[in-house]
Amino acid sequence: MDTLLAVRARGIGKSFGDVVALDGIDLDVTQGQIHGLVGPNGAGKTTLLGLLLGLAVADSGRLEILGTPVGRALDAPDGVAGFVDGPGLYPSLTARQNLAALAALRGRDEGASVIGDALDQVGLTDVADDRVRGFSLGMRQRLGLAAALLTKPRLLVLDEPSNGLDPAGKKHVHGVLSRLAADGTSVVLSSHRMDDLEALCSEVTIIATGRVVFTGPLSKLAAENRELDYRLQTSDPEGARRLADDTAGIGVIDGAMTRQDTGMLVVRALVPALDELVSGLVYAGIAVRELAPVVSPLEAAFLALTEQQEADR
Amino acid sequence: MTATIAAVDNVASARRVSVPRGYRFELVKLVSQWRIRLLVLACWIAPALFVAAVGQQSTLPVDTLFGRWMLATGWAGPLVMLGFAGTWALPLLTSVVAGDVFASEDRLGTWRHLLVAVRSPRRIFVSKALASLTVILLLVAGMAVSSTIGGLLAVGNQPLVGLDGHLLAPGDTSVRVLLAWVCALAPTLALAAIGLLGSVSLGRSPMGLLLPAIVALAMQLAQMLPLPVSVRLALPSYAFISWNGLFTTPEQLGPLLIGVVVSLVWAVLATVLAYVLFVRRDFTNVNYDGSGRRAITIGLLPLVGLVVVTVPTVAVSTGATGSGIDQDKVQRSVATAFAHLYRVQTKQLNRPDVTEAQLKASATCDKGSSRVAPEGPGNDWRCVVSWHLPGIKAAGSAIYQLDITADGRFMADGDGPKEVNGYFLVRTPEGDAPNPLWQFDGNVELLPTSKG
Repeated sequence: MDTLLAVRARGIGKSFGDVVALDGIDLDVTQGQIHGLVGPNGAGKTTLLGLLLGLAVADSGRLEILGTPVGRALDAPDGVAGFVDGPGLYPSLTARQNLAALAALRGRDEGASVIGDALDQVGLTDVADDRVRGFSLGMRQRLGLAAALLTKPRLLVLDEPSNGLDPAGKKHVHGVLSRLAADGTSVVLSSHRMDDLEALCSEVTIIATGRVVFTGPLSKLAAENRELDYRLQTSDPEGARRLADDTAGIGVIDGAMTRQDTGMLVVRALVPALDELVSGLVYAGIAVRELAPVVSPLEAAFLALTEQQEADR
Repeated sequence: MTATIAAVDNVASARRVSVPRGYRFELVKLVSQWRIRLLVLACWIAPALFVAAVGQQSTLPVDTLFGRWMLATGWAGPLVMLGFAGTWALPLLTSVVAGDVFASEDRLGTWRHLLVAVRSPRRIFVSKALASLTVILLLVAGMAVSSTIGGLLAVGNQPLVGLDGHLLAPGDTSVRVLLAWVCALAPTLALAAIGLLGSVSLGRSPMGLLLPAIVALAMQLAQMLPLPVSVRLALPSYAFISWNGLFTTPEQLGPLLIGVVVSLVWAVLATVLAYVLFVRRDFTNVNYDGSGRRAITIGLLPLVGLVVVTVPTVAVSTGATGSGIDQDKVQRSVATAFAHLYRVQTKQLNRPDVTEAQLKASATCDKGSSRVAPEGPGNDWRCVVSWHLPGIKAAGSAIYQLDITADGRFMADGDGPKEVNGYFLVRTPEGDAPNPLWQFDGNVELLPTSKG
């Protein structure tokens, strides 16, 4: 069965003078997928997003977007929309005027209903006729997303779309992105908000110093990753602790995270050892009330990468 | 196995936004800015109010060309406004509009967004340049129309006294006023192009915004200095002055045309340099904030080179040397203006008309009481004007003190006899009226090509 690719990058390299921003990047984004890009600051995420948007040309490698080989700068195919480094809005115009001006610029005589629909999708109908000058960061982000939606994109490229969003705004944005993906639009988004990525993305690519260090589903990341810390709450904390101490591959973390008053333990383990511990608890008649990673696999991987980068300096 | 989407869906290459659409987009952005709206409003209203208000005052802006005629004719208003605009308003307007048209995208962080939408830096440049040009033209047109309407409504459609004392009919004056404003567009375009250059090369720096105003100020200072006439004409700012050649008979078209051509060359060169800088810019660098080195090598040096080339070109092609102000020219200008104005005074006093040919007016001028060579600008020129009246053997004579500025403009201040030029007012059958021979403005053509 064919998997349709919205983005196919092979061996992409990009340098700015002596600084290597991207060093042999491979990336596949399938149709209808929300794909997360993660990495420390300076990892090359924005450069990669810029290539997808046609803002720059790669020095080496091969990039296909929506089936079209990208050879020159600013030659991204139609159907790509999004933003990097902020949504790019004009504060002297209202939200509606911003969208209307953009639609006219692109030669799309969008009716008021289309613009109104885009504003409605991102929850900005109430402030449609307010000048963007007075908008919060989160509102600007949502308006930037609405501007991208006007083009009915097949590939949406977003840099930190959740910046400044309140819970309601985040809900709107997540809903829009999920609907787009369900309708077949591919979304590539970069974010430092791991909860967003985990909530939205089916796959992630982790980049560090211009190289891909992981790409694939989040479940694969958890399996590949090193030991994680897990929060464990049981019906018998003392018994659970004795059992954890006796189980190979399990380490009990003493300290602030261990809260005896709530009967909570924090254990560090790989997934197989954790499975063995859970089996042991059940066999011993100790009920497991909660078992969850203290930090997500994605966040753990990100932190590990960041720590590694600092150690390398 | 994977396949790209193209396998099932023909993907069209991205269409670049056309220049007309980009132009409309840029125009919408410009006009939505409150300061541009304020400027448009000010340029279409304030000149009319100013000219009308001055037309009701007894004190006139005599330091400004044609200022002394603001009570006499409404056509003096747009010319006073043009003199003021060339000095202050137009450099500032071009700064605010053209000097900010690229820098505003840096300030708002919208370059990448704009590039994704338009997909062509070339078309972005053309759209922005055309949009800023449109707004500048709208502002200039506003000043011209507003000051004309204000003058005509407040003072009236009377003849204007030209810079050689010749009386210009209202219809003739209207054409000359229009031409003067059109000629002033050339240096305005040059300043606008410098604004584009500053905006492109200096990014968010305030220097980019202020560049046209600073360049205009520097050029005005240069025009005030006793520089050789070839240097003066090699600067685009001279076209803000040379329109006064339209108000002499015959017209002093040489300096006017040179000023316009030099300004247009500056406009084209500065625009091309701005374009080169813009298309070479690395838009992936989010921290870009102008390129000081490129601004100098690509922006400044070619313009300096243009001046260096223009100066000898003007000197060789026109034969202009020194200050362009010499004794012969001054004497001729003063005598011509006096003869024309004498006829005006004669008519005011209801005396028998005489022609310039009958008057045979001549002037003898010296500088610094003959202690210095009679050439160049200065306020120490002194002229004795002589004339003849039909049937009277004795020649009349009148003395004038002249203040000649480096651009060739002079103000002649009557120093007697009091019957001719001693009083500000003359008594006419209709009542007191300003004495045209008491003080008058004139113009010495700096080039040797024509006689004014």
